[in-house]
Amino acid sequence: MTAPFERSELAIDARNLTRRFGPFTAVDHITFDVRAGEVFGFLGANGAGKTTAIKMLIGLLAPTDGEAHVAGFDVRTQRAQIRRSIGYMSQRFSLYADLTVRENIQLYGGIYGLTDDQIRDRTSVLLESLGLMPSAGELVGRLPLGWKQKLAFSVAMLHEPKVVFLDEPTGGVDPITRRQFWELIYAAAARGTTVFVTTHYMDEAEYCDRNSIMVDGRIAALGTPAELKSRYGATTVDDVFVQLARSATATA
Amino acid sequence: MNGGALRAFIVKEIRHILRDRQTLTILLLMPLVQVVLFGFALRSDVRNIRVAVVDPAPDYATVALRNRFTTSSRFNVVAVARTREVIEPLFRRGEADIALIFAPGFGNDIASTEPARLLLAVDASDPNTGTVIQSYARAVIASYAAELPAARGGVQIATRTRMRFNPTLESVNLFVPGLIALVLTLVSALMTAVSLSREKERGTLEVLLVSPLRPVQIIVGKVLPYLGLAFANVLTALLAAWLVFHVPFRGSLLLLLAESVVYALVSLALGVLIAARTSSQRAAMLAAMLGTMLPSTLLSGMIFPIASMPAWLSPVTNIVPARWFIVIARGIMLKGVGLPYLWRESLVLVVMALVLMGAAVRSFTPRLA
Repeated sequence: MTAPFERSELAIDARNLTRRFGPFTAVDHITFDVRAGEVFGFLGANGAGKTTAIKMLIGLLAPTDGEAHVAGFDVRTQRAQIRRSIGYMSQRFSLYADLTVRENIQLYGGIYGLTDDQIRDRTSVLLESLGLMPSAGELVGRLPLGWKQKLAFSVAMLHEPKVVFLDEPTGGVDPITRRQFWELIYAAAARGTTVFVTTHYMDEAEYCDRNSIMVDGRIAALGTPAELKSRYGATTVDDVFVQLARSATATA
Repeated sequence: MNGGALRAFIVKEIRHILRDRQTLTILLLMPLVQVVLFGFALRSDVRNIRVAVVDPAPDYATVALRNRFTTSSRFNVVAVARTREVIEPLFRRGEADIALIFAPGFGNDIASTEPARLLLAVDASDPNTGTVIQSYARAVIASYAAELPAARGGVQIATRTRMRFNPTLESVNLFVPGLIALVLTLVSALMTAVSLSREKERGTLEVLLVSPLRPVQIIVGKVLPYLGLAFANVLTALLAAWLVFHVPFRGSLLLLLAESVVYALVSLALGVLIAARTSSQRAAMLAAMLGTMLPSTLLSGMIFPIASMPAWLSPVTNIVPARWFIVIARGIMLKGVGLPYLWRESLVLVVMALVLMGAAVRSFTPRLA
């Protein structure tokens, strides 16, 4: 169906993607590929340009320069197709607190064009797998934060997107829930969804197939956790990150 | 694109509205409360009418007529003076409602074939009350005049109405159309602005913009449920006005509802634009208050007539949508006129609705340039 996607086997490819706000360059000619089915960690300090980059990829912001494809579609000209092919979980909690668990699922299912039957089936599968069946009629605002985040992720996955963008999905969640959350991410990847995830927690970078580290709008390093560690002679991705951040402040 | 998406979105909006019981109750009861409050605030008690009498040359006739007032259960003579100068301060301090001013030689005229002259000055700060007071006073005088021999000239009453505190002569009849505009503005502009900026504040709008929903669908989905609510409010206000105050409805109800929809669309679009330019619910609410409610109350002709505004201000009212809607609503309700008389105002509203809705949709299209 989506020919460009199968030809390239790339879920995302960005070539010299750039975004300037006046004189300030938030994203400076970044180039990277994300392979289909990969869990790709998009790391960087606050203000490094992660959010701007994501916004360009999901069609909320036009690139100033360069080009990018998501699920085989051009971010400049095929935004409508991209929107139907991706899932997105924003930094902020994106479900409606005054709607019940079931109503939130119905809403997003409907928005993504699922039929009533599909919504009904997937709702029960989703609730079953999260163990949320008894809370289906509860207002989402009353759920504990960890459950909210897991529910938000599952809702973003409801329409079985080719690529899912997760912007700091585990912020403020306890370690056990984070672990459970990553199990959900792996399960999604195993079903063939490409996962593009930004995070602050460097230990989470170790769970990713590959990571890119953004510093001052540029991609300073890119590779598997093992590659990054050996290239920088570090024991953890966190050390790699600290080294890159230091050298950036030194040159600045 | 997909109608299911819009449907799902509208269902969500309706759930938001229904779930917030407090706000919903307030919104549904508001037109009722406002009509009743405004209506009664505009009326006042018409017993204990305080009369000031100016009698430059007391004679048997003036004393007899004064006694009619003194003995009447409705009237209360609070002052009797020789000169008119006494009257003004009494009115200003709110100590008299009506002044009975005899012409000199009243008694002589009564006895002759000349009409005896009498001036009634009424404080019409509340026009309804003013009218009622005046007619009671006339009744007292008429009953006196009726007992005079038929061959005489009778009593000629001149009236002067003072409109000190309410120069517009606003009555509950004139008020109801303005009130409908106000309620529509509140529900449409304010509620849409708040509900959209809530989505912005909580980050859910971003998720919606990334979804296959198009901006126009988001706007339509936001606007439709409130339009329904606005509709209910117009009917409540009309019903309350009719049941409680017997405000007439002379024209076509269908036309008024159609015009209300156009006006609501204008307000809804303003609400969307306000939400687009503010970053928090609080800011959106304040902006909606200042940007839509205040002009709709003060610059629409609802309370202060546009004709009596300063020359530089009255052209400004042309950009206030409520100004046009109030002319339409008054025309339909009180004069019973239809589109042939109101097409210009209607056209202005339709153009405003189209332009503003277009701008509203554009304001929510992600800034891609």
